[in-house]
Amino acid sequence: MSSLIDDSRPIFMQIAERIENDIIEGRLAEESQVPSTNQFAAFYQINPATAAKGVNQLVDQGILYKKRGIGMFVAEGSRARLLENRKEQFYEQYVVTMIREAEKLGITAEQLTDMIRRGERSQ
Amino acid sequence: MSTIVKIDRLTKSYKDIDAVKDVSFTLEENKIYGMLGRNGAGKTTIMHLLTAQSFPTSGEIEVFGENPYENDRVLRRICFVKESQKYPNTFKVRDVLDVAGALFPNWDRSFALSLVEDFRLPLKRKVVKLSRGMLSAVGIIVGLASRAPLTIFDEPYLGLDAVARSLFYDRLLEDYAEHPRTIVLSTHLIDEVSRMLEHVILIDRGRLLLDEESEHLQGRAYTVVGSSDKIEAFGAGKRVLSREAMGGLTTITILSDSALEDRKQAQSLGLELAQVTLQQLIVHLTGNKNDRKEANVQ
Repeated sequence: MSSLIDDSRPIFMQIAERIENDIIEGRLAEESQVPSTNQFAAFYQINPATAAKGVNQLVDQGILYKKRGIGMFVAEGSRARLLENRKEQFYEQYVVTMIREAEKLGITAEQLTDMIRRGERSQ
Repeated sequence: MSTIVKIDRLTKSYKDIDAVKDVSFTLEENKIYGMLGRNGAGKTTIMHLLTAQSFPTSGEIEVFGENPYENDRVLRRICFVKESQKYPNTFKVRDVLDVAGALFPNWDRSFALSLVEDFRLPLKRKVVKLSRGMLSAVGIIVGLASRAPLTIFDEPYLGLDAVARSLFYDRLLEDYAEHPRTIVLSTHLIDEVSRMLEHVILIDRGRLLLDEESEHLQGRAYTVVGSSDKIEAFGAGKRVLSREAMGGLTTITILSDSALEDRKQAQSLGLELAQVTLQQLIVHLTGNKNDRKEANVQ
């Protein structure tokens, strides 16, 4: 059993995210071939139908495309599109959550910006 | 997708006990099923009926479009690996493989031999002299190398360690990808196999409790934690499988038919939903916690 997959979310979504991460971080270049669903299934010890669902989700979004008889490939321009999506997600997941938590703790908007700057400096 | 097994209102009674009661389901071609449930739930009885090893008290069974009883055409396409498979006393491992090779039309001898190496089985040793784990490995090899269109594993890995079990899962998935077939896995180790299952059949006390795609099922089940008043408000009118309270916090597990709407409702209440593993879900569904509560009330 692969610890790379957890039970927090549907597995097909995690497969799709792993492929997305590989594209964003440059491990999968545009126009390069993606492992087959059977390879994903064997690697993560998951049902091939589940792996196919994750891959097909990216095909539906135009991130991957099928070459008949050969396999799946990363579409041109997909990295930029994924980055756009992820920035939007970042806003929803982190910024909105952070502001909600800050309100709970009585942190003002000004204090919050100060904290972000302090965080930046400590990097 | 074509149906290869059709079971209709199946009942098996022993004297006045119903081991299986009014169970109906179908199995589709080339899917991996999990037949799950507690000990004594009736899983093995169903698998025996399915493979024509005992007669139903009532109900219909159709396998590959035919009645399986004394039907060689059907039975040659089924491989049933039992928890406590018995072999003749004189048999060596090699003899078991030879017999399996004669029995199953799709038998792949070289695949069987590569599995023998993987599991480090001594071919020339008598089966009666094998350890429990090695005996389980023999069953697994027969199950995999038979490539039967319907392959059933009933608790196949007594005595197998984690490494050998992982090997079994690897080989199963690899070979299934190359040679798709219908596989039924019956096991207690739900966490280990849950990701391989496409479909779940849950049996409890002889009855069919669930018959559902595993991903769909897991999408319907979730836990939610929060202050008790909020949780009670959220849980009202929903199917609450378990409830635990500590201090002012309550955790409930819910099986829902509208998880998407629930998620929105939870968000508006500031509650967060967390996914439940298949194993947790099944423990909640088949545990007798609720019975005890009822008994206490009485």
